[in-house]
Amino acid sequence: MSEQIEQARPRERVVVIGAGMVAHRFVEAMRSRDDAGRFDITVLGDEPRPPYDRVALTSYFTGRDPEDLNLGGAELWADPRVTLAKRTEVTDVDRNAKVVTTAKGVRHPYDHLVLATGSYAAVPPVKGNDLQGCFVYRTIDDVAALRGYVEELRAAHPERPVRGAVVGGGLLGLEAAGALQALGAESTVIEFAPRLMPLQVDDGGGQELRRLIDNLGVEVRTGTATQRVLAKRGRRVTGMEFADGEKIDVDVVVFATGVRPRDELARAAGLEVGERGGVVVDDRCRTSDESIHAIGEVACIQGRVWGLVAPGYTMAEIAADALLGGESSFPGADTSTKLKLLGVDVASFGDAFATTPGALEVVYSDSVTGSYKKLVVSDDAQTLLGGILVGDASAYAGLRPLVGRRLGADPSSFIVPAGAGEGAASSLELPDDAAVCSCNNVSAGQIRSAVDDGASNLADVKSCTKAGTSCGSCLPIVKKLFESHQEKAGIAVDRSLCEHIPMPRSELFNAIKVAGLATFSEIMERFGTGRGCDICKPTIANILASLGGGHILAGEQSTLQDSNDHVLANLQKDGTYSVVPRIPGGEITPDGLLVIAQVAKDFGLYTKITGGQRIDLFGARIDQLPAIWKRLVDAGFESGHAYGKSLRTVKSCVGQSWCRYGVQDSVRMAIDLELRYRGLRSPHKLKLGVSGCARECAEARGKDAGVIATENGWNLYVGGNGGATPKHAQLLAQDLSDAELITAIDRFFMYYVSTAERLQRTAPWLEELDGGIERLREVIFDDALGLCDDLDAMMTHHVGAYADEWREVLEDPEKLAQFTGFVNDATDADPDLLYVVEREQVRPATADDRARAAAGELDLVDSERRPVMVAGSTLEVRA
Amino acid sequence: MSVVCPVERVRPERAVAAKADDGAQVAIVRTADGALHAVGHYDPYAEANVIARGIVGTATVAGEVRDVIQSPMYKQAFDLATGRCTSDPDVTLGVWDVAEEDGMIVLRNNRIAPSGVA
Repeated sequence: MSEQIEQARPRERVVVIGAGMVAHRFVEAMRSRDDAGRFDITVLGDEPRPPYDRVALTSYFTGRDPEDLNLGGAELWADPRVTLAKRTEVTDVDRNAKVVTTAKGVRHPYDHLVLATGSYAAVPPVKGNDLQGCFVYRTIDDVAALRGYVEELRAAHPERPVRGAVVGGGLLGLEAAGALQALGAESTVIEFAPRLMPLQVDDGGGQELRRLIDNLGVEVRTGTATQRVLAKRGRRVTGMEFADGEKIDVDVVVFATGVRPRDELARAAGLEVGERGGVVVDDRCRTSDESIHAIGEVACIQGRVWGLVAPGYTMAEIAADALLGGESSFPGADTSTKLKLLGVDVASFGDAFATTPGALEVVYSDSVTGSYKKLVVSDDAQTLLGGILVGDASAYAGLRPLVGRRLGADPSSFIVPAGAGEGAASSLELPDDAAVCSCNNVSAGQIRSAVDDGASNLADVKSCTKAGTSCGSCLPIVKKLFESHQEKAGIAVDRSLCEHIPMPRSELFNAIKVAGLATFSEIMERFGTGRGCDICKPTIANILASLGGGHILAGEQSTLQDSNDHVLANLQKDGTYSVVPRIPGGEITPDGLLVIAQVAKDFGLYTKITGGQRIDLFGARIDQLPAIWKRLVDAGFESGHAYGKSLRTVKSCVGQSWCRYGVQDSVRMAIDLELRYRGLRSPHKLKLGVSGCARECAEARGKDAGVIATENGWNLYVGGNGGATPKHAQLLAQDLSDAELITAIDRFFMYYVSTAERLQRTAPWLEELDGGIERLREVIFDDALGLCDDLDAMMTHHVGAYADEWREVLEDPEKLAQFTGFVNDATDADPDLLYVVEREQVRPATADDRARAAAGELDLVDSERRPVMVAGSTLEVRA
Repeated sequence: MSVVCPVERVRPERAVAAKADDGAQVAIVRTADGALHAVGHYDPYAEANVIARGIVGTATVAGEVRDVIQSPMYKQAFDLATGRCTSDPDVTLGVWDVAEEDGMIVLRNNRIAPSGVA
């Protein structure tokens, strides 16, 4: 196909071999900068999927879909200038003809070729390395195969744990050990060097790391060479033997001993190749053939190959720049890394091993709390050169951008305990050229210009600079830079709720709680000005309700509610309301359906099933609401709170009771949860879902709290939503019992209710929470803030104080008085309410419908569903 | 003139809908200080009779604090003294004279006519 583009020149054809992270970044850079549309780009990748985040491979085990790892938006691949061929292996590069040929014989002519073939996982030449049960750890397919094998073994030997071994105690090896643990297998890490992560940490750090990892139940053998992999009978792995003759029993072996550049195409094409592999390129990523660039792990730049994504991204940008006529060149690689391996923080940056002549080391080590911190400084102790952090890497985000700069304080003050390091580092003013995000090469200056260019929140800054969008370790510093620059640039960071309340909802919530105020008047007197508006009044009403302030229409609270809460129904476009009775878990009896059906029929209500597995009845006049609810309450229904910023529904699949695949009773759990949280007022609506097995028919991961059954209990996901910006919920905890699940959701909801902003759903709240989901886990499960008892008490109070809002209204004549159409004409319905009958139900008449009715072309009915005798003048639409 | 309802029927910081003699739908509003206002019940933006179900409060318009009622539909604020939309002064809900007499609320003439969205 591409051959036919010949006559369509002058467009230039770029062929990229490889579809990994670096290739993705290259295409993204080309498309964002090639304004003139000069280039057509074809990407040839051998994996069966678009580029994905290989760095996050291990998260595949914590329940993420492979698709969640996909990089960037699908729109990049929908771009007409970009073609992505998956499952496409390139077998030949003909440099003279400038054509590459695929295994299927398809020929792709190029003007520019970019090699981004990446690496192979290297398998050491030990005997038995090809036995069944030997794996590498490089692609989603590798990881999926490992998972399948372990699960198969578990099923075959339910009586004992699966025993795994990882050869290689570096970064990848520890990732793999974590993956084995996540699969429920035992794991032993075997490292040839005398310490773990020999490339990133020194002996002191290695010792601390080993202690921490031992405590997690992973056995570590350093200074150990693997002799061979053993199989007793057949081809399946049964054990390993080490150089000292010792043998251990294992079922699975993962090799994670490093990577080798996939440079064989380049070799065959006669391109210059480095001594230890890798296609040799100059500082502008050009190979010995000027039409061919090489980027990422396959490139040998400045004499070496880089197995990290950050230098790969830099090369991708440089190659794109070169094709577009730019002059940028490779500045050297930043090898800084911060990782969480098996839950242990490890960071290494700059000259971590103090190789600079005269370099001094400042070390703080505390085996009691399990942390090791080292800073490397210049011979005068003034300039930071690098460092290593194990156990507690919170100071990383602040320290890394300071590499090469004067510290301006005693170096030890940056690493002394209790987070003082972070404080000292972040109080310093970073110069504009200091790199903040090393994954995406974003400087402090770029963050500041983003603010100057109008980025008004952290999400904007992230999306326009890409800072913090890969590993996320720099986010704390990005946030601080953003906030301090906003302040400095005189961009008033106005966090006021409205003109009457000079603080955001989160602060107001706590102010009200601490001051123990229970009425709007007291709150306005103490914290506000004026009499309030449609922002602060409902917000304060909502906060009072969250804090257990009694019926929302009691006394002064009644004046605060917006129309929906004020009449306990949902306002529709013609001024009538819709009614939604609660149907917990979506379970309803035929008799219940008959009641709803008869009410809908008697009042002529338009009836529709909602997405939350309940029934919405539309077109009720305000004065009809009590009569409708009388019927529903008498039949045992209660308010569904569809009108409130509150718990809406708990959606469930049918679960174990009926479904062939269900492993838990999802309907019962959904009903329990719905009855527990019904009526809970929150900063925005709350939705839950419960699925009875991993097939996820309840779409629970699209909910604020999603519960998915496992054979051992429940997995809890939080922070999902549908709507305009859909978000998948993130895994918070696995295999919880019923009681553990409920406690976790209790605390999650109450922490959210106590700290979120007005109309902020759980997904953006979680995104802005310092420390993200990890922090949330610490707060909920480790009681890191010492708040668990309070959160539990808040929920206990809510559950105990719950009463059906509609039942209370029906029992109170004063509240009922609010439900009148006209105060001086209680029998007369609003004559402007007119309806068209469509598909056997009513809908509000439009201006056009009214005109047609006046012309005798259409029949209308009134709010009692009686035919309207049309007299043109009475039906004119006003103004 | 029409006698609408007992005075206690309209509570501070809320409104009720009533019908004038000519059938016009009017929102009778009581502010926190006890004062009564009457503006049109018809929301010209929503093209529906809903204003009396809005939230009563204040808004600062050109540096001046005004008593307003906010439409429950699309949340425009309307000045209770003039009926004008605070963000679009060409639009007014209309204003009626209203008073308390012998414990009853009495609705009188339309003082400012409603004017719709251009």
